[in-house]
Amino acid sequence: MKLNELTMTQLKAKFDDGQATASAAVADVLSAIEAGQKYNAYITVCEADTLFARAERIDKARISGAPLGALAGVPIAIKDNMCMKGVRTTAGSRMLENFIAPYDATVVERLEAAGAIIVGKTNLDEFAMGSSNETSFFGPVKNPRDSETIPGGSSGGSAAAVAANLCSAALGSDTGGSVRQPASHTGTVGLKPTYGRVSRFGLIAFASSLDQIGPMTKSVEDAALLLEAIAGHDPRDATSVDRAVPAFQSFVAMGVEGMRLGIPREYFEAEAGVDPDVLANVRGAIQKLEEAGATIVDISLPHTEYAVATYYLIATAEASSNLARYDGVRYGYRADEAKTLLEMYERTRAEGFGDEIKRRIMLGTFVLSTGYYDAYYRKAQQVRTLISQDFDRAFSKVDAIVTPTAPSAAFRFGQKSADPLQMYLEDIYTISCNLAGLPGISVPCGTNKAGLPTGLQMLAPRFEEATLFRVAGQCERSLA
Amino acid sequence: MSVYDKYEVVIGLEVHCQLLTDSKIFSSAPTTFGAAPNTQVCEVDLGLPGALPVLNKQAVEFAIRAGLALGCEIRPTSQFARKNYFYPDLPKGYQISQHVHPICEHGSLTVELESLSRRVRVMRIHMEEDAGKSSHLEGKPVSLVDLNRAGVPLIEIVSEPDLRSSDEAVAYLKELHSIVVYLGVCDGNMEEGSFRCDANVSVRLHGQAELGTRAELKNINSFKFIKDAINYEVRRQIDLIEAGQKIVQETRLYNPNKGVTFSMRSKEESHDYRYFPEPDLPLLVIDSAWLERVRAAMPELPAKKRARFVEAYDLGAHDAEVLCASAPVADYFEAAIEGYAKNPKVLANWVINELLREVSGDQTIDTVPVRPPQLARLVELIDTGVLSGKLAKQVFEAMVESGQEADAIVEEKGLVQVSDEGAITQIIDEIFEQNPGQVSAFREGKTTLIGWFVGQVMKQSRGKANPQIVNDLLRAKLEGQ
Amino acid sequence: MEISREQVLHIARLARLRLGEDEVAGFQKDLNSILGYVDKLRELDTTGVEPTTHAVPIDGVLREDVADQRLSPDAILGNAPQKQEGYFRVPKVVED
Repeated sequence: MKLNELTMTQLKAKFDDGQATASAAVADVLSAIEAGQKYNAYITVCEADTLFARAERIDKARISGAPLGALAGVPIAIKDNMCMKGVRTTAGSRMLENFIAPYDATVVERLEAAGAIIVGKTNLDEFAMGSSNETSFFGPVKNPRDSETIPGGSSGGSAAAVAANLCSAALGSDTGGSVRQPASHTGTVGLKPTYGRVSRFGLIAFASSLDQIGPMTKSVEDAALLLEAIAGHDPRDATSVDRAVPAFQSFVAMGVEGMRLGIPREYFEAEAGVDPDVLANVRGAIQKLEEAGATIVDISLPHTEYAVATYYLIATAEASSNLARYDGVRYGYRADEAKTLLEMYERTRAEGFGDEIKRRIMLGTFVLSTGYYDAYYRKAQQVRTLISQDFDRAFSKVDAIVTPTAPSAAFRFGQKSADPLQMYLEDIYTISCNLAGLPGISVPCGTNKAGLPTGLQMLAPRFEEATLFRVAGQCERSLA
Repeated sequence: MSVYDKYEVVIGLEVHCQLLTDSKIFSSAPTTFGAAPNTQVCEVDLGLPGALPVLNKQAVEFAIRAGLALGCEIRPTSQFARKNYFYPDLPKGYQISQHVHPICEHGSLTVELESLSRRVRVMRIHMEEDAGKSSHLEGKPVSLVDLNRAGVPLIEIVSEPDLRSSDEAVAYLKELHSIVVYLGVCDGNMEEGSFRCDANVSVRLHGQAELGTRAELKNINSFKFIKDAINYEVRRQIDLIEAGQKIVQETRLYNPNKGVTFSMRSKEESHDYRYFPEPDLPLLVIDSAWLERVRAAMPELPAKKRARFVEAYDLGAHDAEVLCASAPVADYFEAAIEGYAKNPKVLANWVINELLREVSGDQTIDTVPVRPPQLARLVELIDTGVLSGKLAKQVFEAMVESGQEADAIVEEKGLVQVSDEGAITQIIDEIFEQNPGQVSAFREGKTTLIGWFVGQVMKQSRGKANPQIVNDLLRAKLEGQ
Repeated sequence: MEISREQVLHIARLARLRLGEDEVAGFQKDLNSILGYVDKLRELDTTGVEPTTHAVPIDGVLREDVADQRLSPDAILGNAPQKQEGYFRVPKVVED
């Protein structure tokens, strides 16, 4: 078995036993990336020389018995919306096609401090806005499970890189499901931490009150390991929360004996219509969890049907403001030969942004504008409160909530891209979690009739990622 | 009665003060003024992708200080908001400011004019970040952008439209200026833009309840310009109304060379700032413990200090005002009092008339070589008759030159006042001998010659003769015989 | 509500996006479709409901007032589309 095919935990064990070196791991990943170019999973692969130099340093340190970080020598990919000093950081946009970040995101610093080798920057929907990876300026990512289908989005590149073994693990970012939904579509594990658990410093903002960086991995244990490395308070992000980071790995094998798991009835009768195969797989998983000792509780999240509308008002409003900085003045794309400042602005942004970005900027600008703020933006913030309160009530009865991750398995390219609203409804199960700031995880949960993976999502109270690892670990074992 | 007298002037002021922090309001980049362009910036000030703001604690404390000084309520929780608009010196495409919930609200400032005292309500004080600067190249279709100023902390102090004349506006601004400088929150440098003012000006007929349509005069950076701009604007508005025209609500700029205001109307549509709560920053929570710590560290404010000086040192209102115009001057004066407490009035005169003259250019009250104990000693020497006023001035000049103590200079130059009547009588006799004509002229009634005689004696004694004794002896000799 | 063509143009101007003719029509249709969907929020009575900006309670940690200059001039101006003597250069700001 090649080193790139192992989970992080397995690879670490081989490093520890002296059966593998970081250099060999990098070599295997680089050849896999070369062979896997058809997936278009990476926008930028780091220089091989740099990667090998770093790997050799780690190998030498290991031999000499020097203390090593938890991820020492592990090849990791990061979504290309996280800044890495001296490396091109594009956010999947023409706007930043040639932008070289002059600083490191906090997660990059933490990965490097843990000894990880960041092999490259993965493809994504432009500015992380999309659910299919079709909006990237650098072309769509193909799903390694079936290259006719989308890998999910917006962290489709990271999901594909993990699924196709083009890295040991990856980071994605999740604003409305962008880690969990592609994980579901590619048969991988994807975790969105509690809002504030992981620093957003250096993450190119889509919607600031919803964005979180999360691990995308081949196993639940890997997700726990990676989260431990990147989580924790960061003084450079005022919304990062100052709380101790538990040893998440220790919860994975703990089982669900005695836990109460809530099944929200609204998620099984939602307007988008759940695919019967997905439903069957989820019901099967729930049964296994019950067999493992959990109590299954019927719960209600009554405002579920308003989540997509609420999300698209809040996310686009914040995005319209977050994307105002791309104006051609200090960095990024600038339209040629504009005569006036206004022309420079308008053409730069018209030419530098793709259609979906413009659509969301337009919507977000409208809902914040005079006369519409109260009816749309403020109303959405109020409904956000109601959605949050739904969860607070539910979590007074249960430890975690179990749902499908996406209404269906991966769909074909172009299938939903003509109708923005259809695409938005793809996030129907994942969005509430971001609105309420909860942690959520997606684990593989069988396949549909066509053999494409489907996912199971678990949600827990804020800062209870440990609970997620217990349930997800049980699912992984029970469904294996 | 002039047509202008039919109208009442209504003015509200918005004052921006740059806060005296070392680093910016949302980043650790330095705030040094006058550095090479784009050298005082970091990823936050540049609005780089992924950069996030973190609020400067000192900036909050400065805002609280200003709020307390103006009698404001300090909100236990306040909120930052984004004000969205495009401009090259606004790197993020939005300014982080406070909108619905500013840090301070409902204060007031009482302004004393000769004929009246006016309480001006302060509607709010909010915190925000400054923008960068764009400069235009003469004759070229380009502008250059420097972001060093972007992110410098500001407070904006917004008054209610309670001011009724340009004089009141200037008095309010001067008092506010003095307060923020006193508080150590702002250096008050108007030329560098640390303290700048927008004025909302309207007029209405006396007795009319509703406000007239206002014009906003933007970015005026001197007390004189404020007065001139408001006066011009008031006449302009009244002239328009009298001519049957309507005032347009708009932003206007003041051209000090021409002494006129002009419309800044842009070709674009009116702004829609699309304020919404800043999601990158949590609510700003100020608990009572923090508030009390800031309150306890508040310095004495100018109005209170002036009153105390009048009361405690028996100074005239004008002297108290001059001394209290700046905290370091007031501090100097009080330090000198500590050295010699018997004659505050004379000490005040010396500070106002002599010492402050030395304070100009690079020289500040804190760097003048004559330190408070030294000035105190000088005044003591006058009071005890060792030095005449005239001699004291010579000594003072030498002290400024050399930084030496007054006693050392007196000794070195032999400047001790001659009060020995015998010695002075000898000089007087010599002068009488040499000038018999003047003596008889005096005795024939030309008594104004007394000054001439005093001058002669002082000249002869090289200024050292005690003038009071000279005067007494001269009169005795001239009038007595 | 229905967004008019003029509103689309107004929003595009506020957002500094130059739209082609077909884009104006396309966005008008898309925005109306999305707003038609989000109108379902009107069904909910939210009287007295506090709006949520952050779903997670955050104790704001403030920064001490300590200055440092982390970025080099190259890092600051390195990505500039146009620069001159240490400044970012743009088409003239004031249109006169």
